[in-house]
Amino acid sequence: MSSPDGTAPPDRPDGTAAGQEEPKIEDLVHEDAGPTPRFEDLAEEHAEHEAELSAEVMTESGPEPAAADPAVAATGTAVATEPGKKMELGPVGHLGDRLFSAFARGSGGLVVLIVAFVGIFLLALAIPALADDKSSFLFSRIWEPGGDQPRFGIAAMFYTTVVSSIIAMLIAVPVAIGVALFITYYAPKRLAQPVAYAVDLLAAVPSIIYGLWGILFFAPILLPVINGLSDALGWIPLFEKPPGDNVGVVFTASVVLAIMILPVVTAISREIFAQTPIAHREGALALGATKWEMIRMSVLPYGRSGVVSASMLGLGRALGETVAVLIILSVPNGNDPWNSSIFAGGETFASKIANNAAEFDSPEKTGAYIAAGLVLFVVTFLVNSAARIIVDRSGPGGRRPRRKRGAGVAQGASS
Amino acid sequence: MAKRIEVSGLNVYYGDFKAVEDVSMTVEPRSVTAFIGPSGCGKSTFLRTLNRMHEVIPGARVEGKVMLDQQDLYASGVDPVAVRRVVGMVFQRPNPFPTMSIFDNVASGLKLNGVKDRKKLTEVVERSLHGANLWNEVKDRLDKPGAGLSGGQQQRLCIARAIAVEPEVILMDEPCSALDPISTLAIEDLIEKLKDQFTVVIVTHNMQQAARVSDQTAFFNLAATGKPGRLIEMAPTKQIFSNPAEKATEDYITGRFG
Repeated sequence: MSSPDGTAPPDRPDGTAAGQEEPKIEDLVHEDAGPTPRFEDLAEEHAEHEAELSAEVMTESGPEPAAADPAVAATGTAVATEPGKKMELGPVGHLGDRLFSAFARGSGGLVVLIVAFVGIFLLALAIPALADDKSSFLFSRIWEPGGDQPRFGIAAMFYTTVVSSIIAMLIAVPVAIGVALFITYYAPKRLAQPVAYAVDLLAAVPSIIYGLWGILFFAPILLPVINGLSDALGWIPLFEKPPGDNVGVVFTASVVLAIMILPVVTAISREIFAQTPIAHREGALALGATKWEMIRMSVLPYGRSGVVSASMLGLGRALGETVAVLIILSVPNGNDPWNSSIFAGGETFASKIANNAAEFDSPEKTGAYIAAGLVLFVVTFLVNSAARIIVDRSGPGGRRPRRKRGAGVAQGASS
Repeated sequence: MAKRIEVSGLNVYYGDFKAVEDVSMTVEPRSVTAFIGPSGCGKSTFLRTLNRMHEVIPGARVEGKVMLDQQDLYASGVDPVAVRRVVGMVFQRPNPFPTMSIFDNVASGLKLNGVKDRKKLTEVVERSLHGANLWNEVKDRLDKPGAGLSGGQQQRLCIARAIAVEPEVILMDEPCSALDPISTLAIEDLIEKLKDQFTVVIVTHNMQQAARVSDQTAFFNLAATGKPGRLIEMAPTKQIFSNPAEKATEDYITGRFG
C-alpha cells in the first residue's frame, strides 16, 4: 500500500473491491450512485440508496474498517480514521436544487410549447383557406378572400413590408452607429448620458403616438423631401411620384419606422462599442491614428457583429410594426393599378390584417388573413435566424472569415 | 532615424493627483534605456508622456518639457497624433488588431500615413518583419489573422507594426511581462538589434532584463503610497547594478526593498 506515511490500516481485508490497487474516490462514488446522477432519478433512487448505504456500513464496519477508509488514505491526508465512522457526504440533490431545476425545465418547455401552438394555430386556420385559393398565394397581388371563388395573394403586401423595412434600416442603421459612436467616444461625459437617455426614451413612446405624430406632424414636413427625391430620381419606377400630394406613403412610413427602431439599434451598438478593449484602441492610437482612424481600425471591426445583430433586431421590429404603419399608410383604391413606387400608398402584412380585423366573419376570410400572418411570422423568423447565425459566426471582436482579397495580397507579398 | 530625448522638470497629474514629480533626464539616441522601480512609481506613466499616450486617460496632464532633438512635444500647435507617428509604442500585452491579417497589421501604420502602393507596402512589411525577427515564422501565412500567433510572436508582430512606420523612438511598456522565458529571450535579442536604428526606452519589472538589454538605467521610486513618483537615479546600467549612488537604488536592486 502506498499510503504516504504508511498509516493505511494494515488489517484491511484482501477480498474487497479495492484488491491490490488503491481505489479512487470516483470508483466509490460510481459504485454508490451510478454513472451520472440525474436529479429526476434521485427522488426514486434515493430511498434504496439510503438502504444500500446503511447496509454497507453495517456489514463493513465492526472489526474491519469501512470501505471509505482506503479512499481517505488515498487523498493523502493520511490520518488514520476511526473505524466505523462515516463522513456525511450525501445525499446528492437538495430540495431547493430540485425545485429550481423543475422550474427552469418547465419554463423552457413552456416557451417551446407556446411557439409550437402559435405555429399550429396559424397552420390549422391557414391551410383550408389556402387550399381554396384560386390564385397563386405567393405571387398574386389580388386580395379578394371569401365568397365562392376566393382569390388572394401576398405579393403586394410582401413588397410593401419588405421595402418599407429595408428603407427604414438604411436610414436607421447609419444614424444609430453615429449616435452610438458619439455617445461612446465623442460626447463629453456630461452630455453622453443625457443623449443616451433621450435615445432610450424614443423606445418608450407607444407606436400609436408615432403613428399620429407621423401622419399629422411629420408627414407634411417630409413632403418637400418626397418632391425633391422624385424630381431627381423620378425616372426610376421606385421613386416615381404619383400625382397629388399624398403623404401617407411608404416612404413616410419608412422614416417613422426608422425613428422607431433607432433606439434598439443604438443601444446595442453603444454597448458593444464601449466594450472595445482599450488595448485595441491604444494600439491604433500609438501608431498615430486620429480618433476616427482609431474607430475605424479597432472599434468598428470589434463591434461589427453586434451592429449586425442589432440591425436585425431592428429589422424584425420594422417588419412587424402594425399601428404606426396602419395610421400612416394610405390604402390604395381598389380600382387603381398597383404602384411599386415608395411614394405611393400600400399595405404591409400587419397593417392589412389590422385594417380588416372587422372582416373576420367567415373561416375562409379569416384563414386568408391568417395565412398572410403566417408569412410575416416566417419572414421575421428567418430574419432572426440570420441574425443569430451572423452573431454566432463572429462573436464580439471575433475573427470573420477572411475574404479572398486578403489572400491574394499576401501571396503577392510572400512571392 | 534616432533622436535624443531631453526631459526637464516634468510633472504628471491625474486630475488633482500628482503621479510623477519633477523628472529630468536625457535619453541618448541609438541606445536602450531601461526604467525600473516598484509598481505605482510612475515609470509607465512617465513613459506614456514621451509620446503623449497619457492623454488617452481622462484627466491626465503634464507640466514641463519633453524635447525631441530641440522640438518640444508639448509646444502649442503640436499634434499628439503626429508625435505618436514619430515616437512609437509597444504595450504590455500584445495587441495586434484581431480582425486584420498579419500583413495588414504590419501595414496598418503605413496605411494611416496614406501609403497605398502595393509594392511599397509589401516591401516595408517584409523589411519590418525581418526587423522584428519574425519573417521566417510567418512568411507563409501573411494572410492569416495576427491573433492566431503565439503570444511572443504577437508581441514581435506589434514591434514590426511599430517599426514599419520608421519612428525615431520606440517606447516599450513591460513588453515581456506577459511572455514565457523563450519568447522573452527573443524579444530581448530583438531589442539589442533595434538599438542600431532606434532610440529604445523600455519599462521593465525584471531587473535581470534591464541589466541584459539596457545601456542606461533609470530608477524610479515613490516616498509612500499616495505620494508622487520621482526619478531617484539614472546612470549607465553597469554602474546602477554594481555601484549605485543612492541607497534606495541599492536596496531595490538587491531585493531589500521594503
